Amino acid sequence: MADTAAPPAPPPFVGPLADKDRIFTNVHGFQDWGIDAAMKRGDWDNTKKLLEIGQDAIIEKIKASGLRGRGGAGFPTGMKWSFMPKESKDGRPSFLVINADESEPGSCKDREIIRHDPHKLIEGALVAGFAMRARAAYIYIRGEFIYEAKVLFAAVEQAYEKGFLGKNACGSGYDFDVFVHRGAGAYICGEETAQIESIEGKKGQPRLKPPFPAGAGLYGCPTTVNNVESIAVGPTILRRGPEWFAGIGRPGNLGTKLFQISGHVNKPCVVEEAMGIPFKELIDRHCGGIRGGWDNLLAVIPGGSSVPLVPAREIMDAPMDFDGLKALGSGLGTAAVIVMDKSTDIVRAISRLSYFYKHESCGQCTPCREGTGWMWRVMERLRTGEADLSEIDILQEVTKQVEGHTICALGDAAAWPIQGLIRHFRPEIERRINENKGAAPMMEAAE
Amino acid sequence: MPKLTVDGVELEVPAGATVLQACELAGKEIPRFCYHERLSIAGNCRMCLVEVKPGPPKPQASCALPAAEGQEIRTDSQMVKKAREGVMEFLLINHPLDCPICDQGGECDLQDQSMAYGKGGSRFLENKRAVTEKYMGPIVKTVMTRCIQCTRCVRFAEEVAGVPEIGAIYRGENMQITTYLEHAAKSELSGNVVDLCPVGALTSKPYAFEARPWELKKTNAIDVMDALGTNIRLDSRGRQVLRALPRINDDVNEEWASDKTRHAVDGLIRKRLDKPYVRKGGKLVEASWGEAFAAVADAAKGAKGSVAAVAGDLLDCETMFAAKLLVEKLGGSLFEGRQTGLAYDVSSLSAVNFNTTLPGIETADVILLVGTNLRWEAPLVNTRIRKAIKKGAKVFAIGPETDLTYKAEWLGNDAKLLTKLPKAVVDAFAGAARPAMIVGGGVLAKDGAHGATLALAKTLNLVRDGWNGYNVLHFAAARMGGLMLGYATTGGIKAVAAAKPKLLFSLGADEVDYSAFDKSFTVYIGHHGDKGAHAADVILPGATYAEKAGTYVNLEGRVQRGDKAVFAPGDAREDWSILRALSDVLGAKLPFDTFEALRAEMEKAVPALGQLGLASYPWAAPKLDAKPEGAFGYPIKDFYLTNAICRASPTMQQCSAELVHGETFAEAAE
Repeated sequence: MADTAAPPAPPPFVGPLADKDRIFTNVHGFQDWGIDAAMKRGDWDNTKKLLEIGQDAIIEKIKASGLRGRGGAGFPTGMKWSFMPKESKDGRPSFLVINADESEPGSCKDREIIRHDPHKLIEGALVAGFAMRARAAYIYIRGEFIYEAKVLFAAVEQAYEKGFLGKNACGSGYDFDVFVHRGAGAYICGEETAQIESIEGKKGQPRLKPPFPAGAGLYGCPTTVNNVESIAVGPTILRRGPEWFAGIGRPGNLGTKLFQISGHVNKPCVVEEAMGIPFKELIDRHCGGIRGGWDNLLAVIPGGSSVPLVPAREIMDAPMDFDGLKALGSGLGTAAVIVMDKSTDIVRAISRLSYFYKHESCGQCTPCREGTGWMWRVMERLRTGEADLSEIDILQEVTKQVEGHTICALGDAAAWPIQGLIRHFRPEIERRINENKGAAPMMEAAE
Repeated sequence: MPKLTVDGVELEVPAGATVLQACELAGKEIPRFCYHERLSIAGNCRMCLVEVKPGPPKPQASCALPAAEGQEIRTDSQMVKKAREGVMEFLLINHPLDCPICDQGGECDLQDQSMAYGKGGSRFLENKRAVTEKYMGPIVKTVMTRCIQCTRCVRFAEEVAGVPEIGAIYRGENMQITTYLEHAAKSELSGNVVDLCPVGALTSKPYAFEARPWELKKTNAIDVMDALGTNIRLDSRGRQVLRALPRINDDVNEEWASDKTRHAVDGLIRKRLDKPYVRKGGKLVEASWGEAFAAVADAAKGAKGSVAAVAGDLLDCETMFAAKLLVEKLGGSLFEGRQTGLAYDVSSLSAVNFNTTLPGIETADVILLVGTNLRWEAPLVNTRIRKAIKKGAKVFAIGPETDLTYKAEWLGNDAKLLTKLPKAVVDAFAGAARPAMIVGGGVLAKDGAHGATLALAKTLNLVRDGWNGYNVLHFAAARMGGLMLGYATTGGIKAVAAAKPKLLFSLGADEVDYSAFDKSFTVYIGHHGDKGAHAADVILPGATYAEKAGTYVNLEGRVQRGDKAVFAPGDAREDWSILRALSDVLGAKLPFDTFEALRAEMEKAVPALGQLGLASYPWAAPKLDAKPEGAFGYPIKDFYLTNAICRASPTMQQCSAELVHGETFAEAAE
């Protein structure tokens, strides 16, 4: 495990992923989630040995694996862990917060992990928490996940019973606790600092940065907030070696990833695949193709509701990873692939997303509080065509006035889908306005 | 000391400054709504966006961004202009266009900044949001549709006032600022949110629809509602003071004023004495000035030197000095200002002074409160202690337990504690670098307690090089000035009454038990038809603090001066001129003809009163009886009704009924 292999030779491996390379072996729930079944699948297998690698060495290995945060922003996970203080100078403990507030429309990977493979997450919490010298991990689980919360509470209980958590966790001599905290159903509590506020018992509103959580986070202590998937893959990466993980995917976009394909495919599913797998292959192999065939594809939102949509012709051969989708003006986000065929009322679809952001804006800062409502109302009128052509440009400008002017990224998330719509489907919006005006376009054409 | 450039101008800013402060130091105006110097940084209005390099390629909120070495800040770029216009447009889309009927009009941050930084038009075609009104008590009127959610009021209530009763409910565009459960905000400082509100969402209820700011004459004055000497500005129109606002003075009131300071002003036009009265056949009847003076002259003839003067709580030094001079010319020597019977030793003013000074108490690290309900006796001292606690100070208290808005460790209510403090407290003081004690009215009223606190100051080593932690907290504006002028008789007012003066000058003294003076001929010189006037044989109508210029000394010995805002009503005159005219009739002519001459005389007699700023009282602790017993009580029973002006004020009456006595008022007319 110690020797480092040579970097993966080109061309990069971008799937299909073999069964032996899957991390989440029970993501479909064919087996029991309980601790005994999980141990048979290899979880909690001599975790003490993983911890014996040493705190800094674990972080180095995660860095070497090229793991990027799975929550959407894609920040290198190992680097994030390395920001945590090596020792407490003033007696403050450090904390790990695990973000299981999966509320992004389209995303459902964390739900599957917690439902069917919770011990991967809990073991990952111990390993990651140990590596960053955290005293405890708080798993913030979305309020609507009722069954999942039950599973998670029970799984944590099981781990305590086995002595894997608590004092002298796994016999390593390290004390580590895991607390499960249930949210109350606010999307904004998925934002890391809002989540910290929420755990502290306050209204979930993002904090100003700086100070960053690694300096002053939960209860003013150094804190790292990580996505469920980023934490859950940790132990497997350590067991199989970072070079194995880094051998999958394209440079800078390494490893495996849970894709969640929903919408107009024949078989929507959550599936683990290699990063960088071409869109067409992902759909054909796992989802039984597009409903009504590939010619029927209209557009795809490749990374959950907050990334701009990509029209059919551009997405077809695109590699599904951070950089590949960034090149298309969109993003991988949480890899929640929303597929829309030509039966979709695309304006209505985006308008519904606008409503979601209007509803979920925390109301703290001005552009988002006022802008999301404005954008949604204009979107609704664009949907019915009861608008003026000039309003498309006004809407575009309003999205630009929101984007980048807010404390957290919700403003950006609300703006991007609309920008994507205007960029790719402006003719459709104009058609509706003109049709709604009736004879007007004819008059214009006559001149 | 980071060096940076603002719009190309290089400058050095203090370490720890924000980008916004750096821009201000460079002379650039940064528009803002949520940012306020005395509150925590929220960073949510987004109006203060500037361009900062190095940094992300988007505008940054300057209020929350620390200034750093080598930053290039631009406040004049196209990006900044667009960002400001954008935020301003968002703020205005749901803000009602009711400026013509809004009390904030003319002094509204949103109005001003939309003129300076807005686009001048709206592209918003939807309906505007409406928000239901909230109830925030008798002082604060709400029009929540105008709210721009800056959360200044929320932060003020939580951080400064210490009553976390204002908050935001709901999310997104439905977010509303409210007091939880529609209760009145139970704070003595609630009126400050009106000043803090950058728009017309929170306005002054008593002042609603009274005036526009540009119609008002502004006069700098000193508040007399408590001993703090809050620096205020009286806004008046014609002969009426319409409102009192705090002026900024970091040494005294910072930027705040208590609700009493602000809203007792409607008492200035009610229950006023505007004609002289003379008691005839047991009844007070209206008289001319000549008749009234003649009645006093008659009484003075028979007095033969048996003359006393009792000063009220709201008096300026000039009035007290002129009266003292007159009484002395008539042969009298009895002077007292402590109306309610306090008789503490005043041989050394330093032993009855607030020695740490007001900003000083913020820096104390261990504080012992003895017999003082600071929240009512001096709300703005209380906010200072909250600041001290934020810096790590520990607070102990002796007295009846009460909610001071912060965590104080109550040691009990037994005066014997002063001679036998628990070990934990002694240890805390032993380890303190800047220990302080605040001694309130409850102590001054108890025999031996004053001496015990002084003895304690010695054993706890409160007075050391460069630090004097012994504080007495007065709550009458005239107190320190009166003591400097000699308005104190050994034995207090009981001794004055025991001397049975034939002629008693009552200078706006409304808290005195006049039954002890029923044999004295009482001349009341004051402004309200309160207790003093009822007991008087002759009433000479005088002026309130708003109607005369005057010198006041606050509880820390700070000499301050206020100006005259309006004229006294009817036949009422400024107190000094009444005394001067009366002195002619009594044949004891006072040596001044103008107010300036009076002030010069006073300064000659007491030079300290001629120098604005802190008077110095060299530390000398008298040895006093130090064996107190029993429990302490608080002298103020009702914060809102402590003097004649508040008692005449309908707003203060309502505050008292609602906030102290828990009565509810139906909002609607039914």
